[in-house]
Amino acid sequence: MAFFPHLLLATLEGLVTSSVLALTALGLSLVFGVMRIVNVAHGEFFMLGAVLAWAITSAVSGNPAIGFALALVLSPLIVGAIAWTAERLVLRRIEYDPEATIVATIGLLYIIQQLALTFYGPEARPVTPPFNVRIQLPWFGYSGYKLAVIAASALLLLATWFVLTRTRIGLVMRATQYDRETALAFGIPVGRVYGAVFALGAMLAAVAAVLIVPIQQAHYLMGLDPLLLSFIVVIIGGLGSLRGTVIAALLIGVSDGIISVFFSPTLAKIIATLVVAMVLVFRPQGLFGTATK
Amino acid sequence: MSGDGETAKVYTLHAAVVALLVALNFILPEYHHGVLARVLVLAVFAMGYNLLFGYVGLLSLGHAMFFSAGLYGAGLPLYHLGWGVPAAFAGGIGAGILVSLVIGLLALRTSGVAFMIVTMMFAQVFYLTTLYFGEWTRGDEGLVLQQQSRQVALGAGTLDLTNPTTRYLMAVALFAAALFATLAIVRSRHGRVLVAIRENEERTRMLGYDTFANKLAAVVTSGIICAAAGAAYALLFGYIGSTFASVQYSILPLLWVLLGGAATTLGPLVGTVFMYYVIDITSSYTSAYMLVVGLVLILLVIWFRKGVLGTVRERWVRWLP
Amino acid sequence: MTALLTTKGLSRHFGGLRAVDGVDLALDAGEIRAVIGPNGAGKTTFVSLICGRYPPSSGRIVFDGEDITDMPAHLRVRRGIAYTFQITSVFAKLSVYDNVALPVQRTLTDGRSRGAVHHGAMDALQRVGLASRAHEQAGALAYGHQRLLEVAMGLALKPRLLILDEPTQGLSDGEIENFIALVREIASDATVLLIEHNMQVVMELAHRITVLNAGKVLAEGTPAEIRADAAVQAAYLGTATEAGT
Repeated sequence: MAFFPHLLLATLEGLVTSSVLALTALGLSLVFGVMRIVNVAHGEFFMLGAVLAWAITSAVSGNPAIGFALALVLSPLIVGAIAWTAERLVLRRIEYDPEATIVATIGLLYIIQQLALTFYGPEARPVTPPFNVRIQLPWFGYSGYKLAVIAASALLLLATWFVLTRTRIGLVMRATQYDRETALAFGIPVGRVYGAVFALGAMLAAVAAVLIVPIQQAHYLMGLDPLLLSFIVVIIGGLGSLRGTVIAALLIGVSDGIISVFFSPTLAKIIATLVVAMVLVFRPQGLFGTATK
Repeated sequence: MSGDGETAKVYTLHAAVVALLVALNFILPEYHHGVLARVLVLAVFAMGYNLLFGYVGLLSLGHAMFFSAGLYGAGLPLYHLGWGVPAAFAGGIGAGILVSLVIGLLALRTSGVAFMIVTMMFAQVFYLTTLYFGEWTRGDEGLVLQQQSRQVALGAGTLDLTNPTTRYLMAVALFAAALFATLAIVRSRHGRVLVAIRENEERTRMLGYDTFANKLAAVVTSGIICAAAGAAYALLFGYIGSTFASVQYSILPLLWVLLGGAATTLGPLVGTVFMYYVIDITSSYTSAYMLVVGLVLILLVIWFRKGVLGTVRERWVRWLP
Repeated sequence: MTALLTTKGLSRHFGGLRAVDGVDLALDAGEIRAVIGPNGAGKTTFVSLICGRYPPSSGRIVFDGEDITDMPAHLRVRRGIAYTFQITSVFAKLSVYDNVALPVQRTLTDGRSRGAVHHGAMDALQRVGLASRAHEQAGALAYGHQRLLEVAMGLALKPRLLILDEPTQGLSDGEIENFIALVREIASDATVLLIEHNMQVVMELAHRITVLNAGKVLAEGTPAEIRADAAVQAAYLGTATEAGT
């Protein structure tokens, strides 16, 4: 294949990765932004989304599109409910202490992983895509489903952005993020907002996983990579910054595909992780964020 | 700080614990004898972690890299270069010093949550590096150190680290050394400064202390203790593998210390023994050991933040170090 | 007399706010200097610049003939600048003794013996009258005693310049009396820079007074001169007499 089609293919693949990554990272960023906590179990919500998508699609017979549509709705809802429960039962009790939260969410990570292993098993299982269309470009054919993933992610990102900036719910969230005490004084039910934000963050990860699971396979250990990549995106983009998160996801997703062409995947991960750690050490506000403290 | 009577009590208690461990060598059935040797080495790892987390208040999520720096620093030269046991042990310590010094200089520029994430990322880089150089480390599969390479010529006889009794007593010796080193540090002036940094770093700085230098010293000391545990693990049990560098081995010492009691000298031992047996017992009923780890972590942070010995100290035995 | 501490055009901006704006100050060795001014005048920021808690936006600080503008805080403390915090920040979970032992052990360059630390710590506690409480937990002390402990920690550093930030805030009248005597005693071998709202304390103790307003020096002089200054009256004393009772 000539250079340009090759680059186009790599870019398209990168865009698929980026769009799903942006959704996942946005969930992590939202939780950090509003609640000031780091959710280490975020990758497990992603994994749960994928595993549930497999369970739902395989329970529904007939046209794969029906099962998939069902999964797209139900899976995030179930994951959201689990996250909400965890928030009420655990995080609220430790009063969102940042360090205790990390320890508690590590505990959550182990529990979810073990439950997935016990009930779902160690196998990697595929989910049938809702449709199988190949779009014929002049140089190669490309999966229509992958293009749909990009479009759906973009729509969901826009919807999230709209909710956060243009609606009353978003206003309440931002008020809580800005000043917890004042929000309480104005009668905002901060506890419920926290529960909702934590659930919403998990749902974003779950919906991203449902979208990607026809391309990748569902596996009980699949949560680690999205977690690390989301960390990377959120740190590069500036903690709590919505726009920075999306830009960074594009940057990481596209460059990840390109770096993988030149380096072994392990070396690519080493370099990426090291670079991000260095960013956190020397420029903690992220590359796109501004210093706030 | 404390009266002489108290000092005597403290040292008597610690000496009694070590004496008990030596006595157990002759009493324990074979299975538990083997388990305890392993647990003691891991407890040393937990003690190194405790020094930083308990006394200085720095929560690292990357201590697996200090442990495995010792593990590989000792194991690789022994396996590939034919180093003797003492040289290999020194190699492990040296690797621990190097890694902890570099990581300390970088990670200590951050604090709180950023410190946790940065240490986790550096540890991940370390883990991936052990996989990347799979040609020498054989990655997850690991290397087995042969029996003949784990023997030390000692005068006329040989010290065979593969012999269960020798192995157990070496583990106790390492444990005792780490225990009394920790005790000496936390009762020293440096230890007082470390606790002050945990309680209020800004105030400590305004008393004229270079808090960065003190924290760096603590990271390196912690790194040395953890690396010593890793090196001993490689030499005593004869296996080195990437699993020991994975995230799980950064979480486990945190779990052991939280359970036993952070900022108590004997807490790491209590936590490691307890957790090891909990997993050991539950795994004979179910394979769901991760579930146990997860639940214990959550229950600890919600209801039992001070751990076993921390609670004992608060309620009953105020002089416990 | 040569100045122990001088600041030249010292400024600190937070965003658009000029918290400290071009302050020139010369402090003679052995004097008790009070810095007064309305809330938000920049008093705490000003002394924080001197002891190095924040870097200044511009200006220089000279201590004992040495430019310390870019020196890290802990080295300034070692040169003899001690700061006691406005918001009591003793180590609440440590014993009273440990709180004072920390500064004492730092000033000891010789005598590795436990005895030297013990002697120094008990001496500092004696001076503020807390010796009998050495083994209590600092956080369990009454508020007035915590303030005294804070001062004892400053004293234990054997400072050449002791900066006291609102030391009498929250103390009872009797405690204030004792406190005034204590500061006089401290001033016999150290220079004192005192931020204080209580005008009675200021007038009784200070050799000279510097009035800050909106980050700038509004007036400087002896207590009598400051009392007579019309500008100070207008900006500050009118409100302070009410607040100071």
